[in-house]
Amino acid sequence: MFTPKRLVVAAAAALSACAAQPTSAPVKAPAFGEPVSAAEIARWDISIPPSGAGLPAGSGSVKQGEAVYAAKCQACHGAKGLGKPADALAGGIDSLATGKPLRTVGSYWPYATTLFDYTRRAMPTTNPLSLSNDEVYAVTAYVLYLNGIIGESAVVNAKTLPQVKMPNRDGFVNVSK
Amino acid sequence: MERKNRVAREPESRMPTGDLGPFRKIDRRTFLVRGAAAAGVAASAGLATGASAQDLAGHPWERVYGAGFTGYGQPARFEQPVMRHIVRPYGDLAPGSGAALSPIESLEGIITPSGLHNIRSHSGTPDIDPKQHQLLLHGLVSRPLMFSMDALWRYPMTTRIYFLECSGNSNRNLVPKPAQVPAGALHGNLACSEWTGVPLRMLLEEAGLLPQAKWLLAEGADSAHMSRSIPIEKALDDALIALYQNGERLRPEQGYPVRLLLPGWEGNMSVKWLRRLKATEGPTHTKDETSKYTDLLPDGKALQFTFEMGVKSVITRPSSTMKLPRAGFYEISGIAWSGAGRVRRVEVSTDGGASWSDAVLHGEERPKALVRFRLPWEWKGQPAVLQSRATDEKGNVQPARKVWQARYSPDNRFHNNSIVSWSADADGSVKNVYA
Repeated sequence: MFTPKRLVVAAAAALSACAAQPTSAPVKAPAFGEPVSAAEIARWDISIPPSGAGLPAGSGSVKQGEAVYAAKCQACHGAKGLGKPADALAGGIDSLATGKPLRTVGSYWPYATTLFDYTRRAMPTTNPLSLSNDEVYAVTAYVLYLNGIIGESAVVNAKTLPQVKMPNRDGFVNVSK
Repeated sequence: MERKNRVAREPESRMPTGDLGPFRKIDRRTFLVRGAAAAGVAASAGLATGASAQDLAGHPWERVYGAGFTGYGQPARFEQPVMRHIVRPYGDLAPGSGAALSPIESLEGIITPSGLHNIRSHSGTPDIDPKQHQLLLHGLVSRPLMFSMDALWRYPMTTRIYFLECSGNSNRNLVPKPAQVPAGALHGNLACSEWTGVPLRMLLEEAGLLPQAKWLLAEGADSAHMSRSIPIEKALDDALIALYQNGERLRPEQGYPVRLLLPGWEGNMSVKWLRRLKATEGPTHTKDETSKYTDLLPDGKALQFTFEMGVKSVITRPSSTMKLPRAGFYEISGIAWSGAGRVRRVEVSTDGGASWSDAVLHGEERPKALVRFRLPWEWKGQPAVLQSRATDEKGNVQPARKVWQARYSPDNRFHNNSIVSWSADADGSVKNVYA
């Protein structure tokens, strides 16, 4: 415990410390970040922009995706992506200007790359980061197929996914300054 | 004591001799006998005057020794009903996906207690060990850097008071019939705290941001890895790497151990549990900036990247589900805010917008923080409709509900900053109404 005397000494020391170091004294900018290797960054970097940069190796077909979907997605997103209890993934194309718009991957999402990105980072909700890259490609293919965006025999990979033209690609007005 | 002091100040000669009270002729032995035989009588007898503390005013808690210390304080047990309003659209399937809205109807001032801060989470609250958590800053920078929490806690810090509002706040007031629930359950996806942290600009400068970097992808360490794209201008302006909230380290639900804080912008962008920042040329078009948090228009197009939260206010007292017990004086009290800067003015109407009076503001000097407004009101026991209308320093005025609705698709659920109306019936019941 502080005695009154020690308190006075501490206060005096604090005062003299202030006086000894003017606030205008130059201080070197702190730099506490550590260098990080490209290999380590690759393990962390999971975001996929519309260009497809960063898409991993691997591929998946609609047929393979149907099986992945039935096993890991259907319980929440419903048969054929029609939703309930979680969001509908298919349908609603041409509904956006009506009084009852249905916003799904097919009717609303502007980029197919976002579907791969989000599925890999967040799905299934109860077990994210558990799918193989082939499984993510496959289920991506299946959801695009459910919306009539790609054919039944299509295969999705790093090359073909960014080329998919989504129905609502031009449906957004960028208002950022 | 008073009597004794008065006596002591008087001259000896004037000291009363005949009046020493009821004790005068009672010796110790007599007193003991009387006490034992007639304890019950003592209280009603002259004995009670100055003799017993039992008859003094004093509730039971004044007559027992109080509780000991606790390491972390809690609200009074009588305030237990003050709780967040929890919304779980997926139920037990995903109990941490949804929102917990701040009970603004029970709060005063401008600071939201940390435990009552609104929460909007997509995949629950992660249990993050700060010794293992890291923040990666990479992409279009000269020096990609990894920051430990120990490193972040060493940087020079800034402290500011800012509101945070989910852009889905007040979407429950867009359903056809006005819900009769407390104000917080409608408009409480909003809170205001004192935030302390490292200016993001400092870390970007350390990493050597390249000129072609125009956006910054921010990503959380929750199981959804919630991610958003942020214009670099905002990142270099007032963006904060927040580490402390209201003086203590962040609560887990608010992003412990580190979150992004983008003052005035939709809450979803202030990414919690921040694990990665990537400088990029363009926006990444993440799920939460395309499929969600975009504003559908009547023609089927949608506004994307509507970041700034509009000027807004809501009367918190009296408000929906409350009851005015009798005619007479009431103080109308509420909160106002604007993502564009300072609130300049809040007007209050008690006649459904036919006439307006300027409320007194508290905290209007702070940009992008809650302002408390107050106005005295004499309720005459007649039906009334209470409204508030905020104006910010940029001249933005909070729109009427119908004006706001006309701008968007009937299905749009984001950025509802329209005027809120509460009606008071003749019996004093306060209800949520669309006016």
